[in-house]
Amino acid sequence: MIGLRLYLAQRISAMILAPLVLGHIATMIYAVQNGLSAAEILGRTQGSFWWGAFYGLFVAAVSVHAAIGLRAIAYETFGLPSRWLDVLTWVVGISLFLLGSRAVAAVVL
Amino acid sequence: MDIRHRRDTLRIASLIHRFSGLALALFLPLHFYVLGLALNDAARLDAFLNWTDYPLVKFVEAILVLLLALHLFGGLRLLALEFLPWSPRQKAYAASAAALSFFVSVGFFLSAV
Amino acid sequence: MDQNVERLQVRVWRGNANGGGYRSYEVPAQQSQTVLDVVTWIQQNAEPTLTYRFACRVGMCGSCAMMVNGEPRWTCRTHVKKVLDGRQLEIAPLRNLPVIKDLATDMAAFFDKWTRAEGVFHPTATRADAIAPIVPDDPMRVLANEAIECINCAVCYAACDTVAANPEYLGPAALNRAWTLQNDERDSAYAGRLSAVSSGDGCFNCHSHQSCMTYCPNELNPTASIAGLKRLSAASFFKGGRGR
Repeated sequence: MIGLRLYLAQRISAMILAPLVLGHIATMIYAVQNGLSAAEILGRTQGSFWWGAFYGLFVAAVSVHAAIGLRAIAYETFGLPSRWLDVLTWVVGISLFLLGSRAVAAVVL
Repeated sequence: MDIRHRRDTLRIASLIHRFSGLALALFLPLHFYVLGLALNDAARLDAFLNWTDYPLVKFVEAILVLLLALHLFGGLRLLALEFLPWSPRQKAYAASAAALSFFVSVGFFLSAV
Repeated sequence: MDQNVERLQVRVWRGNANGGGYRSYEVPAQQSQTVLDVVTWIQQNAEPTLTYRFACRVGMCGSCAMMVNGEPRWTCRTHVKKVLDGRQLEIAPLRNLPVIKDLATDMAAFFDKWTRAEGVFHPTATRADAIAPIVPDDPMRVLANEAIECINCAVCYAACDTVAANPEYLGPAALNRAWTLQNDERDSAYAGRLSAVSSGDGCFNCHSHQSCMTYCPNELNPTASIAGLKRLSAASFFKGGRGR
């Protein structure tokens, strides 16, 4: 169900995510202090290369990580056959990547 | 369902990791969708963000931060377990990960209200 | 039965591959009584057709493991006092294995997985060669030492929720054995074993629940052995499949 490549993809994406999530949590705690507004979020992110790179990498890594995590849950909970597992992994990964990229584009561009 | 063999701290830690991961994966599409509202019209994002002024929504946000922190710190324990020489103090690490996560999410909640 | 003797309320699973259920027995309590003693008392005094498996009674052969109050135990070395729930004892066949009859499970799948994980020694020398000197503090020998005292009792296999959810997963015992052989410098099957344990049913399915470590009667740590196999496989991938 999980072979070498899926395992490495899962763990490498986790290692990429760890510092990004720490940064994300710190940003949230900082940003939420005076309430959330579109102007404040966009003021920070719009036109910023670094926020774009930060969240772009975040979206790419989380798409891989969540897709493989859901694959394990789908198999171990529902016993999904392996062909459907592959379909699920790709559909979840690509959907999250597209939705996430759209979100990053919306706040950075 | 017989759960008598799952009462160990580390088994509970693994259940927390699984359920927090599942919840975060299900939350992500909503999170991305809401941010994507700003693509055409920042006012639509603002209309949605007004929801976050409600105390209940702030509480739910703090729960999401808690889940994210639990998955992060619990996951760091697992990465260390797999890639570093074995440490026999896994229960202490799991408990520290949980404590740190509560600290972070309470910090977020206090900062939000 | 002497009315003054304290009684244990024992529920024992009876049945076969087609199903079954619990039956209750009253067993006199004794000092220094093991769970296996209780099962034997029932067979000799109350239920002559009760089927169970044991051999050595001293924790060496690994044949008497059962579920005791929902947890896997080696019954010959488990004192009733340690696991008693009030006066209740519930004894069932090992989890994650098909039942043959009553408390005896079919362990074929468990041992087949040892073979699939290449848990088999492949010698490099013949009987004509000199015995290979292995220094006790050799780093590989130290790693193997920590994992080598396995008695094949399948307690870890029954404790593992990953096996329960993924019946093809090779499981903690077979992978632990493979890890000891990867650290045996007399063995010649390193590369083949590495590809066996990193297959789709192999070590990467382990979620490090550590139930195997929690329940292993010999206090081994298969989770650590499996983590070692994960590292060896990952390292070999980045080195382009070269050996140790």
